[in-house]
Amino acid sequence: MNFLSLYVLIPLLMLGALWACRNTRQIRGVMAAGSSALLILSIALVFLYIAGRRAGNTDSMLFTADTVWYAPLNIHYSTGVDGISVAMLLLSSVIVFTGTFASWKMSYQTKEYFLWYSLLSMGVFGFFISTDLFAMFMFYEIALIPMYLLIGIWGSGRKEYSAMKLTLMLMGGSAFLLSGILGIYFGSGATTMNILEIAGLHNIPFDQQCIWFPVTFIGFGVLGALFPFHTWSPDGHASAPTAVSMLHAGVLMKLGGYGCFRIAMYLMPEAAGQLSWIFLILTGISVIYGAFSACVQTDLKYINAYSSVSHCGLVLFALLMMNATAATGAVLQMLSHGLMTALFFALIGMIYGRTHTRDIRELGGLMKIMPFLSVCYVIAGLANLGLPGLSGFVAEMTIFTGSFQHADPFHRTLTIIAAASIVITAVYILRLVGKILYGDPVNPQHLKLTDATWEERLSVICLITAVAGLGLAPWWISRMIGESVLPVISQMIP
Amino acid sequence: MDYSQFLHIRSEISLIAVIMSLLLFDLLAGARMRKYFQPLACLLMLLQIGINLTPGRSAYLFGGMYVHTPMMTAVKNILTVGTLITFLQANTWLKREDTVFKQGEFYVLTLSTLLGMYFMISAGNFMLFFIGLETASVPMACLVAFDKYRHHSAEAGAKYILTAMFSSGLLLYGLSLIYGSTGTLYFEDLPDKITGSPLQIMAFAFFFAGMAFKISLVPFHLWTADVYQGAPTQVTGYLSVVSKGSAVFALMTVLIKVFAPMISQWQHTIYWIVIATITIANLFALRQQNLKRFLAFSSISQAGYLMLGVIGGSAAGMTALVYYVLVYMAANLAAFGVISIIEQKSGKIETADYNGLYRTNPRLAFILTLALFSLAGIPPFAGFFSKFFIFMAAFQSGFHVLVFIALINTVISLYYYLLIVKAMYINPNETPIAPFKSDGYTLISLVLCTGGIVAIGIVSAIYQSIHALGYGL
Repeated sequence: MNFLSLYVLIPLLMLGALWACRNTRQIRGVMAAGSSALLILSIALVFLYIAGRRAGNTDSMLFTADTVWYAPLNIHYSTGVDGISVAMLLLSSVIVFTGTFASWKMSYQTKEYFLWYSLLSMGVFGFFISTDLFAMFMFYEIALIPMYLLIGIWGSGRKEYSAMKLTLMLMGGSAFLLSGILGIYFGSGATTMNILEIAGLHNIPFDQQCIWFPVTFIGFGVLGALFPFHTWSPDGHASAPTAVSMLHAGVLMKLGGYGCFRIAMYLMPEAAGQLSWIFLILTGISVIYGAFSACVQTDLKYINAYSSVSHCGLVLFALLMMNATAATGAVLQMLSHGLMTALFFALIGMIYGRTHTRDIRELGGLMKIMPFLSVCYVIAGLANLGLPGLSGFVAEMTIFTGSFQHADPFHRTLTIIAAASIVITAVYILRLVGKILYGDPVNPQHLKLTDATWEERLSVICLITAVAGLGLAPWWISRMIGESVLPVISQMIP
Repeated sequence: MDYSQFLHIRSEISLIAVIMSLLLFDLLAGARMRKYFQPLACLLMLLQIGINLTPGRSAYLFGGMYVHTPMMTAVKNILTVGTLITFLQANTWLKREDTVFKQGEFYVLTLSTLLGMYFMISAGNFMLFFIGLETASVPMACLVAFDKYRHHSAEAGAKYILTAMFSSGLLLYGLSLIYGSTGTLYFEDLPDKITGSPLQIMAFAFFFAGMAFKISLVPFHLWTADVYQGAPTQVTGYLSVVSKGSAVFALMTVLIKVFAPMISQWQHTIYWIVIATITIANLFALRQQNLKRFLAFSSISQAGYLMLGVIGGSAAGMTALVYYVLVYMAANLAAFGVISIIEQKSGKIETADYNGLYRTNPRLAFILTLALFSLAGIPPFAGFFSKFFIFMAAFQSGFHVLVFIALINTVISLYYYLLIVKAMYINPNETPIAPFKSDGYTLISLVLCTGGIVAIGIVSAIYQSIHALGYGL
């Protein structure tokens, strides 16, 4: 165990401290302290990681540590990070931090809310630091179940239905995933559960890969909103409370993409090369279908949820292109989408908290009423449709450049179709912004509403800084990611 | 005669000593002393666990009639802990006016069934196996009908004794066919003489059907829901955990030891039985309104998962099976503990009564949540680990499709476990169960179970100590 285990330890301590809390002040104190500690830890990790690479360390993972857990079954608790996981950890801690402030005013069963929230974040962080199949799967499931209660108790709308649908679909995904993991473990000779060692052995027979690759990919793909397994996502996001939508769309859906890349494609590269076309078509459908669906929605959260389906589809799409540029773009897209969706959901939550409606037909002229939130909403929208200077542009540009490197007509056609989603995104974002922010207020009651409070501003500004930072200075993070995708990509047959 | 042989059966001897002392206490203790019945019983159980903690070494005793392997000590200890927890939870129920005068019978009968299970597990001969099985099931019928003035309990007792006798009859017929075709009942001699001839296949079918009744595998499960619903809640808990766990383990030892030459036949049988058990039990559990019936179907499906450990006949399977029983015991007894204390204090047992429980009794609701999560296999609770290991064992033996079907079924089971969680946390209720204070013994038992649910998975030492004792074909 090394300092990476702090990512699990801090949420655990938060759980313990929350348990002992007596009033809301203490709860807020614990959450602010804990999420700040996680954020600082992530920033420190980025610097340590870059310093480690500068010093000439060329291992595929840094800061590896290994503790034997279940010796007879080769289950270890092993941790380690590469550029991709560092980026994901940074993203998660930013969103946990901002999510805490976005749910600052949570009044109903505050303690329980933050208990489940901390447990959820523990699962997410644990997933990204693990390099052991069992530990990864365990943390993955730890991250799923608090979702049920978070949505079911504190959600809005058809919350019970959505919570159950989300939980069952994701658990169905993890049933696939567990089969895949067992297949990988026994296929590689049942000697180790460590991802790096299995990749080093590289001995899963091709016919077995052809069974376990699709199973594992679908398992993670459910979480990554792969068509046709995406239907949990719009309902779940729409019903969840603000911070949970942020964490879910921002981080949890990235678990899917990360897992597809780190487990399915890394450990079974031959089958990935052989079968990628099936999933390319499915993800292509996700991209276009998500974007079109977003156009016809009237609920703010549904628009964003379908937009997430489209953007997360793009992540898997780019990963399946299997070259370094596209894969780098995919990870950048995970980061970018995570940040801007979190920003979107935070803003929607704040607007909903004031107007008590998310129906765009009942909103209008918000720019006059709450200028700060409205301007931020415009920024989020522009990031979403890929305006240069913001994060969306960097990610999508890299993805499409990488995808177009394939010279065959199949890949090129798909790339062109997927690229069309940018235009559709522009359609629904601009329509939305025009409808709710500009013009005259639809409801005279709205004129009395106030603009953002300090903790809301803090959370929003934090996210906008990250979105703009990624858009203006992408090189440091894209270099970090680009180095780390190489060991995976170099195994692939394009 | 070598008297050191008796050292190997010390777990049985000490249990008999416990039973005798409780019986004498019941006879001799005056009215004032009787309130110490419960502490005495629990203390003696602790002593029983303490005496038999060391696994000892393998031995064939009394001419092969009795077999001891270190794993059996582990299983017996797990069963004893389960019994101890049941005793702790029985406090409130036994203090009721209509039961307080016969509490001695409860302890003695329960321990007699435990003694029967001990012998069944350690049997080296089908005769002793059958005697153990009967010792375990006849007193059980009395326990099921313990609240005999409650209509449901008496009815359940009658149902239980009829099905138990019928299944024993089937089993005995199977045994007689085995004896007829091989000329011996000793486990040691049987494998050489078992060839898989049609008569022996029939014998196996009868034997397996008899055991499947005890374990309540589909299609032999029809008695389960009624009996579980009618029996006093503590007895239901005991029946679902201790009785079931011992029967599955005994079945596995027999399959490994005796029916090893017929492995392809019994694997095939178990394969379809597991699929039927898990799927049908899950589908029926979806619609149950009474929590005891609900847990009955849940425990049938758990029995299906237990059989996943049996099917490979491997050492990994046995380890996973024993570990699963331990984890299942902690979770299921926690659930029954909560349900029984609520039933005693408020008389409510329907799912709808649990609406809004979290607002009035947050701790009990929380413990029940943990128990249900563990049963559903949600990490970081122990149920996740035990499910993972038992799937791993079955997968290792090559049952890929079976594991996948079982995995899909865990999703269905998660749905109905979540329905209870939803009732407690989310559903509104005008008149939720009023807040109450549980008695100390129940609290101790719930703390023990909760500790087990949280720690058994994360602390790997327990699994590893079981693993060191495991053996297979």
